[in-house]
Amino acid sequence: MIDKKILEELNLTLEEYETIVQLIDKEPNITELGIFSLMWSEHCSYKSSKVHLRKLPTKGKNVIQGPGENAGIIDIGEGLAVVFKIESHNHPSFLEPFQGAATGVGGILRDIFTMGARPIALLDSLRFGPLANSKNKAIMEGVISGISSYGNSMGIPTVGGDVYFNNCYSLNPLVNVFCLGIVEKDKIFYARAEGDGNPVLYVGAKTGRDGIHGATMASAEFGEDLEEKRPNVQVGDPFKEKLLLEACLEVMAKDLIVGIQDMGAAGLTCSTSEMAAKSGSGIEIDLDLVPQREEGMTPYEIMLSESQERMLIIAKKEKVKEVKEIFAKWDLDAVPIGYVTKGERLKVKAKGKTVVELPVKAIIDLCPVYERESKSPFYLKSAQKLSTLPGSEDYNQSLHKLLSSATIADKEWIYRQYDHMVQTNTILLPGADASVLRIKGKKKALAISLDGNSLYSYLEPKTGGKIAVAEACRNLSCVGAQPVGVTNCLNFGNPEKPEIMWQFKEVIEGIAQACQVFNIPITGGNVSFYNDTEGISIYPTPVIGVVGILEDISKMVGPGFKEEGNPVVLLGNNKDEIGGSEYLKSVFKIERGLPPQIDLEKEKRVQELCLEAINLGIVQSAHDISEGGLAVCVAEKCFLSGQKIGCRLELKDKIRTDVLLFSESQSRIIISIKTHHLQKLLSLAQKRKVKAEIIGETGGRNISFRHLDEKVINIAVTKAHLLWKKKIPEIFRIK
Amino acid sequence: MKFGVVIFPGSNCDYDTFNVLKEILKQNSVFLWHKDHNLKNTDCVILPGGFSYGDYLRSGAIAKFSPLMQEIQEYAFKGGLVLGICNGFQILLELGLLPGAMLRNKNLKFLCQFVHIELENDETPFTKKGKKGQVLKIPIAHYEGNYYAPPDIIQELEINNQIVFRYSDAQGRISKEANINGSLGNIAGIINKQGNVMGMMPHPERAFEVHLGSKDGRLIFESILKTVDSRQ
Repeated sequence: MIDKKILEELNLTLEEYETIVQLIDKEPNITELGIFSLMWSEHCSYKSSKVHLRKLPTKGKNVIQGPGENAGIIDIGEGLAVVFKIESHNHPSFLEPFQGAATGVGGILRDIFTMGARPIALLDSLRFGPLANSKNKAIMEGVISGISSYGNSMGIPTVGGDVYFNNCYSLNPLVNVFCLGIVEKDKIFYARAEGDGNPVLYVGAKTGRDGIHGATMASAEFGEDLEEKRPNVQVGDPFKEKLLLEACLEVMAKDLIVGIQDMGAAGLTCSTSEMAAKSGSGIEIDLDLVPQREEGMTPYEIMLSESQERMLIIAKKEKVKEVKEIFAKWDLDAVPIGYVTKGERLKVKAKGKTVVELPVKAIIDLCPVYERESKSPFYLKSAQKLSTLPGSEDYNQSLHKLLSSATIADKEWIYRQYDHMVQTNTILLPGADASVLRIKGKKKALAISLDGNSLYSYLEPKTGGKIAVAEACRNLSCVGAQPVGVTNCLNFGNPEKPEIMWQFKEVIEGIAQACQVFNIPITGGNVSFYNDTEGISIYPTPVIGVVGILEDISKMVGPGFKEEGNPVVLLGNNKDEIGGSEYLKSVFKIERGLPPQIDLEKEKRVQELCLEAINLGIVQSAHDISEGGLAVCVAEKCFLSGQKIGCRLELKDKIRTDVLLFSESQSRIIISIKTHHLQKLLSLAQKRKVKAEIIGETGGRNISFRHLDEKVINIAVTKAHLLWKKKIPEIFRIK
Repeated sequence: MKFGVVIFPGSNCDYDTFNVLKEILKQNSVFLWHKDHNLKNTDCVILPGGFSYGDYLRSGAIAKFSPLMQEIQEYAFKGGLVLGICNGFQILLELGLLPGAMLRNKNLKFLCQFVHIELENDETPFTKKGKKGQVLKIPIAHYEGNYYAPPDIIQELEINNQIVFRYSDAQGRISKEANINGSLGNIAGIINKQGNVMGMMPHPERAFEVHLGSKDGRLIFESILKTVDSRQ
């Protein structure tokens, strides 16, 4: 009998249970209720976020597929399309960092190749607690090994991403994985169960008891019982997935199937009911036919298992033999377990008995939608206040501290664990503003950037949302790419708390506004709520992934200075704002104040100017100003210059020196340019109403800044570089 | 000239290698499926990088039992040219076509980055277009590339001039700092006594174009072309 205790275990409310009974016109048995508990979980149903997500712009002339499928698809011309998405694997990565992160990679890869695309790039957005804490260190090490192990083995390069450190992630790391694939426009596959009587094939790994209720776990807060939840994390097998990838792409290329869906969160339950619901059809399967790894599994366990590396295929009736042969070639089973039916019902049999009979619409489309209460949080007013700024210290000293803060320090220790070169398309190696991948045989290339500063979103959520989009786009414009599509991963605390809901609404509002101004559609993404451990929520963390196109790969520009004697030009305005900065955080341990404010129209003009100048071939290097401000941006331009070229700069703004050097004011890009191109650049800037100021030139061995005739920073590039480069390896050095 | 590139189920540099042979060097090239027993009359067989069978046990340990391996053994004994890159090198070690074994990298992490290697033997079929002492910039990408062999084997390799590449700095100095993964004697590539089977950890197929960071990998494939052309 279904009682309160069972409902609690399944994370369903009494009201939800009553709705279910009404919808299906009977008391559900335990397996049926299990199905609802998964598909109506926050993770699968988006029941708390749906009403707000509708505000995001999703349309555009190049959009082939918006939200609602395994991944979004954008037309990039010449008969090709890119398929991409970002997804979180936060909860599993905390419980079991290696497997949690690894299966996160496995899951997003399946989302991409399910649509017929060959994955060509992975990126990760990672958030960890401070590394002084050994637990955080172990989590980070495990997560990176997990990503490395899965992506490397599959032969998909991990080409970039971002990493931030903050106390708020101490018991709640974030692992957001992005994947992009390429497909011929007329060879895209969807999750469809069409054609009455077409066989349902189960392919890939056998089903075990792993990961049962993973999706439900990701839809609740962690309390003291978190150790017990470890068995909810699945175990990944990248080799199996590699076989699955090759076999699936082969049956697709030979046009043998009508639809395909991966079995990720909610496994067999989700794939069967979603495919049927999307096609207005039904599915009938027999669980006795499902390949099983363990004996004595109940229908409940088989339906809810989240074993990895599995797919569900609807084959063309007459092609089953050929499909099976291809899977056999790759040493995989392809087992018919049922067929497509006419009525919109999911029917599951086991040992000759019907164990599930449900209307698919009820499972997928009729989940209740909540407009949860929202309320501006109490902390906001006081956190935004930054009445008196502490006195500044020696500026050289401050720059040292920033360069060796984990968030700013070099991430080579991380990305060299990832095979970022396999497939030989990586034109701009990790560590630049954006990752750039060529498309073999084409003039155009793809650029990708992930971004999301959660401190800004904590201090002023709407601004945080806007900046996440603006900065990711700015990163693309720095390499010479035009943004064409966005995917987002929204990581928040418990949405049942009105304050969290308010943060969520505000961030979405900011993202929506920015996307509208930049005229780029959101093609999908993922919401991860309940990022709370023992009552403490993470900062609201929107992660934005933007994909762009470089029309001519030969025009691409990198971040590092190219040669000595080049004028250095600042595009955009320096402003007197320091709230929410890495400077305040690293030097004074202050996480307060208003984050930098952003004028989206102006931001757009700065980006367009940068892009236009790059396309004219007059830019030597471009790097945007972000965490650590102008001084850190310039230092990085020296580090990434190859020969460690220095620069001599002079600032004239009447702003307090430390604020000027380390402010994270938006809409600024620093470029270097040949002297004879200067006039051209300045006239372009004037035309676009963007301030372009010559702040000095490249040369020498030092990073040197003067402010209002006073020498304020003077450090040898090699010395600063060493600080920046050594920080993270030293933390993880084997002693 | 006809190249054959072997595909194991977990190979992942098979297409990269095929691409440089076919599209850049414009050579007749074919894939060889690991389950077949047919080398398709190729003049040189390449075992590409990847994770042949997932490599959960020991890299290359299962690939050794692939049906095609019997043919490759025979082919090698008869003097056929065999090049193993990264996982291909590991497989050649497991097959016993080359001596030694691979341990995990000394820092116990996967490493993907450009390295410098010094060419020590310019008389092999795979390096004859180079010059002894020349330094090449080629990327590595491996977890188990820390070459090990017992002292007597190492001595034999040295005496027979079987060490083809060593990890070095940009100037060609063989130092402890340049020994990225901890290999004995900084060894990055070796050849068998007969001089027709070579294994190397760096990926020459990834260093073929200026905008990928280096063209130095061409030397290996162009040497093979020269060798085969002079034979015919």
